[in-house]
Amino acid sequence: MEFAFTDEQAMIAETVQSFFRENATSERTRTAMAGDGIDRELWSAFCAELGLAGIGIDEELGGAGLGMVEFAIVAEAAGAQVAAIPLLGLATCAGAIAAGGTDEQKAEWLPQLIAGEAIAACEGMPALDWNGGKLSGTIDPVPHGGAADLFVFVTPGQAWLVRADAPGVSVTQHVTMDQTRPLARVVLDNVAAEPLADADAAIKALQTGGWLCLAAEALGGAQEALDRTVAYAQERVQFGRQIGSFQAYKHRLADMMIEIEQARSAVYWAACAVDEGSDEAPLALHAAKSFCADTYFMCAGNMIQLHGGIGFTWEHDAHLFFKRARSIQSMLGAGNFHREEIAKMVLGEAA
Amino acid sequence: MKLGFSEAEEAFRAECAAWLQAQMTGEFADIRGIHTLTDMPERRKEWEQHLGKHGWGCIGWPRQWGGRDATLAEQVIFAEEYARSGAPGRINHIGIELAGPTILAFGTEEQKQRFLPDIAAGKTIFCQGFSEPNAGSDLASVRTKGRLESGEWVVNGQKIWTSLAHISDWIFVVARTEEGSKGPKGLTFLMMPLDQDGIEVRGIRQINGDAEFNETFFTDARCPADSLIGNIGDGWKIAMGLLAFERGVSTLGQQMGFRNELDAIIAAAKDNGAANDPLIRQRIAKAEIGLRLMRYGALRMLSNSDHSKIDGAALTYKIQWASWRRDLGELAMDVLGQAGEIAGGSAYEWGMLPNLFLFSRSDTIYGGTNQIQRNLIAERGLGMPREPRGDL
Repeated sequence: MEFAFTDEQAMIAETVQSFFRENATSERTRTAMAGDGIDRELWSAFCAELGLAGIGIDEELGGAGLGMVEFAIVAEAAGAQVAAIPLLGLATCAGAIAAGGTDEQKAEWLPQLIAGEAIAACEGMPALDWNGGKLSGTIDPVPHGGAADLFVFVTPGQAWLVRADAPGVSVTQHVTMDQTRPLARVVLDNVAAEPLADADAAIKALQTGGWLCLAAEALGGAQEALDRTVAYAQERVQFGRQIGSFQAYKHRLADMMIEIEQARSAVYWAACAVDEGSDEAPLALHAAKSFCADTYFMCAGNMIQLHGGIGFTWEHDAHLFFKRARSIQSMLGAGNFHREEIAKMVLGEAA
Repeated sequence: MKLGFSEAEEAFRAECAAWLQAQMTGEFADIRGIHTLTDMPERRKEWEQHLGKHGWGCIGWPRQWGGRDATLAEQVIFAEEYARSGAPGRINHIGIELAGPTILAFGTEEQKQRFLPDIAAGKTIFCQGFSEPNAGSDLASVRTKGRLESGEWVVNGQKIWTSLAHISDWIFVVARTEEGSKGPKGLTFLMMPLDQDGIEVRGIRQINGDAEFNETFFTDARCPADSLIGNIGDGWKIAMGLLAFERGVSTLGQQMGFRNELDAIIAAAKDNGAANDPLIRQRIAKAEIGLRLMRYGALRMLSNSDHSKIDGAALTYKIQWASWRRDLGELAMDVLGQAGEIAGGSAYEWGMLPNLFLFSRSDTIYGGTNQIQRNLIAERGLGMPREPRGDL
């Protein structure tokens, strides 16, 4: 038992934090927001130069090895800068293909996804019609769906790959509140989808990657919202004193830190539980997803309030955090869903 | 980063569990599951001595002083198994977790020999004399006075909230020993025997009807000149060092107590149908999440070897558990309904859950109120300006 980063993990954290701080700038993110919500140069650099896109994927499949702890470190750093990259799609889809794909599917898609040459997207459990080798249905909303080359869609007991350019696939991007991860509507009309070999393994990997990615992003975003507000509290002067000297202000900052520290425990507990194959993993993932999303929203809301009027402007970045936080709360199961799953477990009702 | 325990550690867990289980179903079955610190004090002193005799009194201490040199993981395991066995709260937790480590860190060789083996053996029970009627959150404004007089310290004044003073043998006192000094300067840390004419202990009845806390009056109370820890005037430094020990492994044992309380709520909710209410289910899930995060926060805190860095998990721990437990008490009453407001006997005495509801109102006050905690977090953790000191 040693619940602290190893030297190697600390080094990865330092590397990814400075990578995103230097490159995922407000200016670049805002350029991406005007398009499909992806800073392609950033994504290529992340995949090709840092070589970190394959974290959590076995080395024999072309991944970088390592585990969910290292993946969480990366997602936390990306989330801290509200980076406009398709990390969630990678975490869910590459994980699903690696866990449940056929050898051919793995060989075809994993290298492309890890290299950043193809972008993947997925969404929870839509109602789909699988008939005679053709898939039909509407999947809405799909995060980063407008930019995807490949979709992974799952329903209980079944999972498919769908190429975005396959006949019968139509994608419409919505004007979305969080423009760093715009949502899209995907309509499938008798599409030749490719079933994954092991749907249950794929679904499990997809959920694990998705929930952990969102939880870690939320942790990073919440911490950054606090750090930026702390900096503002020290520089802004009213009534002849730093506004951070007012107790009403200090206590809200303290409340943010109290929640963030728990969110940090949640993310790394869940990541470790998955890596160590612990029985606690499902509970930890539900806890991390729901707790971190709420923590992020609380911190981003406080960020706006504690910045005063400037925090409400389009020019200030507070709204990027606020909107990402809100989006994470709803994505891949809202808080009440995850807490109900936990309630079933602790009340001994779990299936 | 690793959460799992090794095979050797799991074997140690089995050893602890077996021994504790044997005591709690055998010789000490009568004190199993007691949920206050005040019930059956004599039997609990015997239990402390029994733990000491078998080397389980303070396993994290050096072997030389009656401990086992247990690793951090082993201490975590023992704390968890202790609470799991239903063994009662340690009436000597102040001695084991505060006085002992303070003497170990700052005491002389002679003081170590005088006190440590007896604390480890469960023969010396300590209590803490910090707070005063006018020095609560503002601890540095203590007024209790100490002076050296013909080879003895003579102490006059009053301490309050001295938990378990009525069953303790020794008290450590922060006293003002420099005439005219103010604030953290001029304080000295003294160890005093309670059994003397100059000290009077009066119980304070709390909102749950119990009396765990006391007022302790010093009227020309005495202790030998070499009873101080550190030097004259070092009292504040020693007291602050001591408070840092408070965030030790014992928090994990405390959490297992919380586990027992949450399990009792879950059982009650299933029993009376409250578990079918979606809002109650959400709150049970939130309580479960909070408790788990408390555990992993404590493990992060204990795994943190870089003491030069501000440790956010440690700094926020007190307010987190205190607020969580207060919420738990409210959840307990919402689950129990009006049945929770009926004592069931002729005395004003409460079962585990109603007592949790009442007692938890003190958790957010003692050891630094939630308001003081937020100041500390903002000032020490986030670098915000300190609260200005008034001059009233």
